[in-house]
Amino acid sequence: MGLGAGIHLEGVSKRYGAGDTAVDALKDVNMSVAPGEVVGLIGPSGSGKTTLLKCLGAVIEPTRGRMTLGGEVIYDNGWQIDDRRVLRRDRIGFIFQAPYLIPFLDAIDNVALLPMLAGRPNAEARARARELLEALDVAHRAQAFPSELSGGEQQRVSIARALANRPPVILADEPTAPLDSERGLAVMRILHQLAGQYQTAIIVVTHDEKIIPTFKRIYAIRDGRTVEEAGEGRGLSA
Amino acid sequence: MISLAGRDILHSWSKFALTGLGLGLLIGVTFTMAGVYRGMVDDAKVLLNNSGADLWVVQKDTLGPYAESSSLHDDVYRGILGIPGVARAANVTYLTMQVRRAGADVRAMVVGFVPGEPGEPAFLIAGRRVTRSHYEAVADLTAGFALGDRIRIRRHDYTVVGLTRRTVSSGGDPMVFIPLKDAQEAQFLKDNDAIVSERARTAGNPALNRPGVPGLLDAIEASQTSNRNVNAVLVRVAVGHAPETVAEEIRRWKHVQAFTRAQMEDILIAKLIANAAKQIGMFLAILTIVSAAIVAFIIYTMTLGKIREIAVLKLIGTHNRTIATMILQQALGLGLIGFAVGKIAATLWGPAFPRYVLLEPWDAVIGFGIVMLVCVLASTLAIRAALAVDPAAAIGG
Ligand SMILES: Nc1ncnc2c1ncn2[C@@H]1O[C@H](COP(=O)(O)OP(=O)(O)O)[C@@H](O)[C@H]1O
Ligand SMILES: [Mg+2]
Repeated sequence: MGLGAGIHLEGVSKRYGAGDTAVDALKDVNMSVAPGEVVGLIGPSGSGKTTLLKCLGAVIEPTRGRMTLGGEVIYDNGWQIDDRRVLRRDRIGFIFQAPYLIPFLDAIDNVALLPMLAGRPNAEARARARELLEALDVAHRAQAFPSELSGGEQQRVSIARALANRPPVILADEPTAPLDSERGLAVMRILHQLAGQYQTAIIVVTHDEKIIPTFKRIYAIRDGRTVEEAGEGRGLSA
Repeated sequence: MISLAGRDILHSWSKFALTGLGLGLLIGVTFTMAGVYRGMVDDAKVLLNNSGADLWVVQKDTLGPYAESSSLHDDVYRGILGIPGVARAANVTYLTMQVRRAGADVRAMVVGFVPGEPGEPAFLIAGRRVTRSHYEAVADLTAGFALGDRIRIRRHDYTVVGLTRRTVSSGGDPMVFIPLKDAQEAQFLKDNDAIVSERARTAGNPALNRPGVPGLLDAIEASQTSNRNVNAVLVRVAVGHAPETVAEEIRRWKHVQAFTRAQMEDILIAKLIANAAKQIGMFLAILTIVSAAIVAFIIYTMTLGKIREIAVLKLIGTHNRTIATMILQQALGLGLIGFAVGKIAATLWGPAFPRYVLLEPWDAVIGFGIVMLVCVLASTLAIRAALAVDPAAAIGG
């Protein structure tokens, strides 16, 4: 494992704005997530959780520091990759608070879209999507449009989408927020299981009390600084 | 890769279909406006063709007989017949008036012609030519005339013995062809009361009613009631002569104006229809702008409704190009539906118009190009909005 794969942040800082109104949203953040590991990122509102995800997701640029994703340095006081769009497409899976599925694509094509965007033939992309929908127990809803799916089904389809290009890293922003605690725990079970199965490093931003005990490791963030804590790592056995 | 635009259209097809239908009716109106103009131009050409003339001889300094009134003495044609290159020359009269049929008024252009000469309708779609020298008529069927109909023109009844098609004046009034003498009478005929009072006035004038000159009063009265005028002389040029040369010769010798076919067409289209064309052009411009605004508005609102999904698409690595293409294709799809609906609508309702509506295939091709261009332009607003979306917006704040 070591520095080779997973997620590594060293001294990552992010300052919004400049001068008197500048906000230091991240201050020297250090963080490591191993492949196959699911860690929690918790903290009060305004503490910098979303900022951290956006930096890791390569949609905003940190002010300084070093970030490694899946064995490759993507940022070292400046972007180290040419095309961050391709990085996001092939190496990072995103799960949002709401599923944000594409309303005019059915479940299977919502998932297959990612491999298609990466240039995979439609048949291959759909085969992979079906496999993931099966793993997430929503294959029977493959032809349904998002509006025809329940909240839990939509969230599972969106998890399948995050996995579609087999990214080494998944960033989840409060993925259980719209779900009741039963379904929230079910989603966490799925994430833990998939992390193990595909050796994905997963960061879950949350302030959902019910799922916090499921993490073995937690980063607590306060005023832009992270503190690593040991979690309880329980509640996942069905 | 799948077509995002195609999937979106399929998914919300009812919205697209309804919008396309509305747009299509608007496009149909636009096509019809263009067709009305084409129909007017074509009517003018048919009017000239049907007269069977190469030259129109009219009163000097006028643009007659269709665009301006023109009056010639009815013996001018004899002199014209003597000019080299003139094969035939015949008097004609044109008068737009209300004629009565079955108790109702019909606006018509009454044409007086000499049977067998230029000015006689060339093709009948039913019935026969006028054979009697009085009180027979050939009429255009647009106004609903039928064989055997009795038409009242001024004080006389005429029987419809033949029918023509597409013989209308430049104002769109159906033509009724009657013998020249009848038409001259109809045009210049005084009513009975006027004749009686005119006679009394003449008889009461000692200069005109001299006891010592028998027959003078009768001669004066005959000359007052008969009419010696026509509106134009239609000329057919002999084979081997250039119409322009013959026209020049007529102008030089006869103190009249002579127009060639090309000049007549120019008068009808450039002068007579010019205002109508501008009017229609204005309509076309407004309809195009309105259609563009509708497409822009619809595509823009549809795009704004998908901002979150567009942010997600961008976050997961969709090219800006792919997103712009999606919006553009939707706009073009809307345009395509609109064009098809518009073309069908214009074709269906065209014949119901009182005047001839000519839908030229080439106009449809140009119209298609304009619709597509308008859709492209209209989608730029939505594309700009979509490209401005920050992928970071997909990650909750
Ligand atoms: N685009 C921005 N511009 C300026 N300040 C921002 C921006 N986004 C976030 N911030 C500030 O950065 C801090 C961290 O915000 P955020 O990362 O959204 O925290 P969290 O997700 O933990 O609630 C807050 O003080 C917030 O006001
Ligand atoms: Mg947040």
